[in-house]
Formats: sequence, C-alpha cells, structure tokens
Amino acid sequence: MIIGVLKEIHTGEKRVAMTPDMASKLCNLGFEVIVEAGAGVNASYTDLSYTEAGATIIDNASHVWLSADLIVKVRAPQKHPETGVDEISLMRDGCYLVSFIWPAQNIELLQRLAARKATVLAMDSVPRISRAQKLDALSSMANIAGYRAVIEASNQFGRFFSGQITAAGKMAPAKVLVIGAGVAGLAAIGTAKSLGAIVRAFDTRPEVKEQIQSMNAEFLEVDFEEDTSSTDGYAKVMSKEFIKAEMALFTQQAKEIDIIITTALIPGKPAPKLITEDMVKNMREGSVIVDLAAEQGGNCELTIPHKVVKQHGATIIGYTDLPSRLPTQASQLYATNIFHLLTELVPNESDGIIINMEDEVIRGTTVVNNGEISWPPPPISVTRTPAYSESKQPDDETADETAPPLIMTAMRSLVPVVLGCLGLFGLGLVAPPDFMSHFTVFVLSCFIGYMVIWNVSASLHTPLMSVTNAISSIIVLGALMQIGSSDKTIMVLSAFVVLITSINIVGGFAVTQRMLSMFRE
Amino acid sequence: MITESMLTVTYLGAAILFILALGGLSSNDKARRGNLYGMLGMAIAVLVTILANVKANGGVLASVVLIGGVLGFVLARKVKMTQMPELVAILHSMVGLAAVIIGYAHFIDTKQVFTDTEELIHELEIFIGIYIGGLTFTGSVIAYGKLSAIISGKPLLLPGRHFLNLILLLTVIILGWLFITADSHTEALQPLYVMIFIAFIFGIHMVVSIGGADMPVVISMLNSYSGWAAAATGFMLSNDLLIVTGALVGSSGAILSYIMCKAMNRNFISVISGGFGTTTATLTSTILGSQSDVNEITVAETAMSLKQAKRIMIVPGYGMAMAQAQYAVSEISRLLMAKGVNVRFGIHPVAGRMPGHMNVLLAEAKVPYDIIFEMDEINEDFPNIDVSIVIGANDTVNSSALEDDNSPISGMPVLKVWNSKLCIVLKRGMQTGYSGVENPLFFKENTRMLFGDAKSVLDELVQQLQE
Repeated sequence: MIIGVLKEIHTGEKRVAMTPDMASKLCNLGFEVIVEAGAGVNASYTDLSYTEAGATIIDNASHVWLSADLIVKVRAPQKHPETGVDEISLMRDGCYLVSFIWPAQNIELLQRLAARKATVLAMDSVPRISRAQKLDALSSMANIAGYRAVIEASNQFGRFFSGQITAAGKMAPAKVLVIGAGVAGLAAIGTAKSLGAIVRAFDTRPEVKEQIQSMNAEFLEVDFEEDTSSTDGYAKVMSKEFIKAEMALFTQQAKEIDIIITTALIPGKPAPKLITEDMVKNMREGSVIVDLAAEQGGNCELTIPHKVVKQHGATIIGYTDLPSRLPTQASQLYATNIFHLLTELVPNESDGIIINMEDEVIRGTTVVNNGEISWPPPPISVTRTPAYSESKQPDDETADETAPPLIMTAMRSLVPVVLGCLGLFGLGLVAPPDFMSHFTVFVLSCFIGYMVIWNVSASLHTPLMSVTNAISSIIVLGALMQIGSSDKTIMVLSAFVVLITSINIVGGFAVTQRMLSMFRE
Repeated sequence: MITESMLTVTYLGAAILFILALGGLSSNDKARRGNLYGMLGMAIAVLVTILANVKANGGVLASVVLIGGVLGFVLARKVKMTQMPELVAILHSMVGLAAVIIGYAHFIDTKQVFTDTEELIHELEIFIGIYIGGLTFTGSVIAYGKLSAIISGKPLLLPGRHFLNLILLLTVIILGWLFITADSHTEALQPLYVMIFIAFIFGIHMVVSIGGADMPVVISMLNSYSGWAAAATGFMLSNDLLIVTGALVGSSGAILSYIMCKAMNRNFISVISGGFGTTTATLTSTILGSQSDVNEITVAETAMSLKQAKRIMIVPGYGMAMAQAQYAVSEISRLLMAKGVNVRFGIHPVAGRMPGHMNVLLAEAKVPYDIIFEMDEINEDFPNIDVSIVIGANDTVNSSALEDDNSPISGMPVLKVWNSKLCIVLKRGMQTGYSGVENPLFFKENTRMLFGDAKSVLDELVQQLQE
C-alpha cells in the first residue's frame, strides 16, 4: 500500500504530515511511502532524510496524488495560491485522505470530496476519549499553540517573566492570566510558570480546577453557581448571569494582569467575546494579549486575525498559525498522531484499509466514507463527573442504615470485658495465691507491652523484632538455674540452651545495634 | 551471698530496662540508647542469676557462653540486610527450642516439692510452656526455610487441614490430662514425649500451609509465640522477669501481626490459629492480558520522564530486596533531589518479608528517613505526583483491591499509585504477585511497564540520570 506525503501549499504553512522517523516506522510495517520533493524542508526535514528512512522522493505533486492509495496532509485540500490548481482536481477517484478538514466550517469542501468518491478522515474530528488520545492531533497542536502563545507574548512584553532582586533593584514577576484551561491553556500555564511568572487561570468547567492547581497556578472562581460541565469534554454556552459575573471578574483582573492568554472556544460557535475594549483600556501600558481564538473571531473585541496590533497601549496578538511557527515539533507530533491512526485503520498491511464504522474512534474521525458524507457522528459522552456526585449520596445513606444501634455496639464491647472478669474471678477461686501474684504481673505486663509497642514507629518494626528476639532470650535464666545440677543430663541440656540463647542474645542485640546505627544518618 | 530480695530487685531493674528498650524504639534518636538499656538489663539479669545459682560447672558455662556469643556476634555482623527476615526466623526458633529443653529439664529435675494444687498448676505450666516452645521452634525453622527458598514458598495444602489441626489440638489436651494425672514421673514422660512430637508437627503444619506473601504475618506471629513461650517458662519457674519479658515480647508480636493483618485486610483470629492466606492463593482471577497489551517504556524514556517531573514517589517492594537494588534506588533519589526534584518513598506496611523490612533496606542504603512515608501518610497525595515508580511491588499496588469487589484481595489497603500522572512499574515480567491476583494497574492508561531485573535496570537508570 502506498502512502503519499504532500508539500503543504497553504501560504505560510511550514508543517509536514510525515516525518522521516514515522516514515521509517511505516516502511518497517510494509507500507510504501512516497514524499513530494521539498515537503519537509520548512520543518527542517530534508529530502535526503526521507530517502534514508526508506521513502521515495517524487518531484511532482500530481504524481503523488495519482500514485498514492492514501494521502496524508496537514491542511485541507485547497486551490494553490500561485498556480491556481485545485488539489481536489488532482485527486484520484476513491482516494483515501487524512488531514485537517474542519467539516463544520467547510460543508462545501465535504461535498466536493464526496463527489470524488473519496474516503476522508478528519484529524480535527477525532473523538476526545482516552483511547483516542494518541491520535488526537488537536491536543498535540493545542499543546504547541499554548507554548508558543507564551513565547510570542514574551517577545512583545518589555519585562522579565520572573521576579528578581538584583543590585540594580527589585523586579516584580509578570502576572499572566490564562482563560480557558484546555490543552492549550494548560500548556500556556506550564510554560509561563516555568518562565517564572505568577499565573492565574479561569475556566467555566469546574472539573479542571484540580488540573490548574496541580500546575501551581491559581484558579479564579466567579461568585456564581451553575452546572457548567458538559458531556463532550468541551465548554458550552453559559447563561447571561454567569457571563455577567465572569466579565466582572475579568474587568477586575485586567487592572493587575500583564499578560492575558485566551483560549476559550465553544465547538461550532464563534469564539465568545470575553475581553472588551474597556478592559483593554484598563490594562497597564505595555500589556500583552494573545488571542488563541483569533481564527474563530477572537476572545478579545480588538483582535485582528493573523495580525499583531497595538491598541490603548496593549499589544494584541491574533496569530492563527502558532503550531506552524514551531514546524519541526508540530510535524513530529502530527506525524505520530497520523501513524497511530494508520495503525488503527490498517491492522494488517496485506488486508488494506478497513473503515470500521462500529469503532467509535474511526466512526467519529471519518467525515466522508466512500463518497458519502458521514459527518456529524452520533455523540459520545466522555465525562462522568455529574453522574459520580449523584451516586455518592445514596452510598452515605445506606451506610447510616447499616450502622448498628448504639446499645448493640455497647453490648458488643462489654461482653468480652464481663466474660474476662468472670474468668479471672473463677481463676482466683481455685488458683493458689503464689500463682495469682505471677498472673497479675503477667496481665499488667501485657498492658505495658500494648501501650509501649503502639508507640513504636513503623519504620523501626524490624529492629523491634530483633530486639524482642534478644530480650525474649531472657529464658536463659531457666537454664542458668539448672546448669549447676549434678545430674549429667540436666547439665548437658542446660549447657546447650545457654549456648543457643547466647547466640540469640548477642546476635539479636548486635544486629539491632547495627540496624539502628544505619537509621541515625 | 545474693539474697532472694536482691535477686528480685535486680529482676525488677532488668524488667524496667527492657521496657525502656522497647519504648526507645518510638523514635530514631532514642532507639540506640534504648538498645543499650536492653543490653544492660540482660547483662545484670544474667550475671546476678549466675552468681546466685551456679555453684558448679562454671567452666562449662563460661565456654558455652563464649562460643554462643562469638557465633551470635559473627552472625549479626555478616548478615545482609536483605536476609533479616531469615535471621529473625532462625533466632525465634532458638527461643522456642530453649523453652522446650528448659521445660523438659525442669520436669526431670526432681529437687522441688509441691503441694497438690501447686503441683497441678506447675505441671500445667510445664506442659503449656513446652507446647508453645515446640511449635515456635519448628514453625520458625520452616519459616526460615521458606524465606531462604530452601522450602517452596507455595502453601502446602493438606486435605482437611482444619480438621487435622483440631484433631492435633484435642490430642494435646488429652495428653495434657494424662500428663497431670500420671501417678509417677516416669509415667508422665510418655504423654510428654508424644506431646512434644505433636507440637513439632503442629508448628510445621501451621507454617507450610501459609503462602509467601503472608510471611510478614507469620514472622510477627512467631515473634509473639516466642514471647508467650518465655512467659510460660516464667510461670513454670515462678520467675517474674521471664513473665514480664515474655508478656512484653508476646504483646509486641501480637500487635505487629495485627498491623500486618490490617494491612492485608485479613482476620486476626484466623491468623493466630494458623493455616490462613490460602484461599486467595488458590483463586485465579480472569487473565487481563499479556505483555503485549501493556505500554512498555525504555530506560532512556524513564530517565527523561524522571528528569521532567517535579514530584516523584518511589514505591519499593520485595523485588527491590531480592535484586539488592536498594543502593541504586538510593542513588537515583539522591541524583533527582540534587536536581531539585521532590522525591519521596511510599512504604506499604507489608512490603517485604517482615514488618519494617523496606525501611531497614533504605536506611542501609542511606536514604534519609524524613523522605520515607507510611502508606497512610501519603496515599491521598498521589494525584499531585508527576511520576511514581513501583520497584518490584505487585500486590501492594494492585488496583483491583479497591476497584473490583470480586477480587480475592478486595478491601486490602493498597498504595494508589495509579492516581499519579504517570506510573512506571519496574518488573521482571508479567507474572502475578504472591496472592496470584492479576493486577489491572499494569493495563492502565497512565502506566508504563519497564521490564527487566531491578538491579541492572536501575543501575542503567543511574547512568542515564548522571548524563
């Protein structure tokens, strides 16, 4: 089976869908990989490195389109900006295509692909369930975008991120606010944090609070109650009241924050406007806003997609190609995602591609199946949080019911005590006084032992065992009392006991001492 | 020369010193002084007893004490820390054997004369003392054999085990009756010999039927028995020091067994009566998958993820002891801490083959003890851990204990390593732990398996981290 890799024609796109590493893995699995000349150049992968990996370099894009059974791309097919040739027109009928498609925004493209009897897998439509994480290209790209957003911000920001105290004075750390703690948001938090900034983060989904706090960022909360989690892992549209409370929070934060990174997106809707012009005015001179939602219209009112603008003293970055600005890394992750998808699609090279529409991962990813549009897929639920909190309560109730009434508990603990007292009393009736005095000593010693041993620290349990070993050899006294006997047998037996208990006493104490001296450091 | 009262005072002093010795173990700094108290107590008790009692055979006494002392000292110096369970087991057996012989010698020594009730109680004391001593002796010898792999660690299950135990116990009671009602000493010897034999069988049978993972319970239980044997001997000799010491050791062992039982979610009563921990070993649960279904990781990748982590938890198990890998583990924690990583150790109470085994090994390898934590102290902290490394542990990190109600080990407290962001499990292969229960942890999304011998893999890891 032949896999074709094309040079991206979108203006400014530097990524490539296949790296030499992954090409070599595919070749090892029996695939044939053909690569358009210069496909990886912008991502620092030379044609030579593909050849070394076992791929074949082909000069002409149309040859790749014609010979390959399956085409892998980053951007959806489009018209060439210079030559005007449409990629779909190069496509062979019944071809398989794996790339970003964005079906919601590109219904017309889907129809044209369907007309070519193609089978199209959209890397942006991989369902967000744990099993599909290794093919989740959106997460891979979002991770890079989040990282790059901080780097772009630092490029525009006139100060250090970390606070320092030097001979030349004190510098306050930069304060970063990340809105939307998805993959990109979390990556931005991590990057800003590692540069030394104070990071605060906000998200409408309460379940991400822990993730934010685990990265040592501060989780901002609005003073408003609303069930904001959704079943597909994405955020949803909020009520008016909630948005009001949220905006009040941002307005107040804008006054102290130096850098805002917004990543708020709602699937299939324009990006929510969270940062108003007034807020930007309120920000300090030299502040930076990075709007990762620029492509969907932006979270900030002043964002201009693809551009960096200065407004009211703040710099607003509206780049839409952040992953492409880290082409080598992005290509590497994307190619790995593609590789995992291919291994799902082609379990066995000789059997060819199997589109198993029963498999929810494949079902979700496939947007055109052999000329039929299969988008959107039926919904899948990923979060269990709401169901969990409901099931918790009945548990508590049943626990209460099964707890025995107080009188029973009292009885249970009293019965052994009463029995014990009766037993002791009975013993006192028959036993001689001498025995009883020893017995008293015995019982009291058990209690002392009980009190003392519970205080022993768990790390010293082994020394405890060896030292109790040594002192229980006090049994040697019994032998010492008899070793002076004139009876030969008793003497020999006693001598033997003294011998073994001596081993025990000296050995036990010595090994305890040895262990305890190790614990001292 | 030495009066009865002087002896009593000496014994009282020794008893107090022993209590101080055990009390000292509550903290690391007081423990060494406590041990010295213990030695002092033993020394004065033995010395004063010798002065008071030994009128003849002084030469024999001196030579056996010298030989025994040297042997014990050499043993204590030579033993490897990984072999501590074996050493403790063999030392237990000596206490048991001593109790048997002293009881026997005391019985055939006919100097003392008693009244009727006194005689009855005295003979009962001898009988019980010998019985406990006997089963402690053989039980400990078998435990030693199992620990040093001379005897198979697998439980030996005779048909009708519990019935057999019951028969043995009844026989012992009947023999006891024959023993105390016997008309003469020579007649009483017969049931005594048979009883000693049965006690030996009982001890053997009790320990062979126990699986390897339950060794911590067995060891603490035998510890307890050796104490009770000493206490019984004390009753026989009317010696309060023996009674006090025996009771201290007996309750110490009992508490340790209780802690171990709780850590394995077992019933204390069923442990004390012996023959436990067998139902789980025979149950085989569903096979979850094979080696190919898990996510493997290489040493280089492990080093990489460790370098990137901020908070690391190391969870050692018996596999670390077997591979003698504690030094490599210590070196890894040292290298990571030097990089500013927060490294901690999480210890399950039954990790290893005896209570506190892991702590001793880590102390030997000079891991600072303030980064070593008990399970209960850190178990809720795993969600904040970036990487947890499980080294040669299995049952103590088996998630089915909490997730699967039908699992044989259901309800056993385990270290929740799967809650950390990444969990690396170092193991030789996919075989199950001693409980024989499959571990779903290995198949979890955030688990990576690092296969290989603990020592060589960790040594390699040390090198990678040094680069």
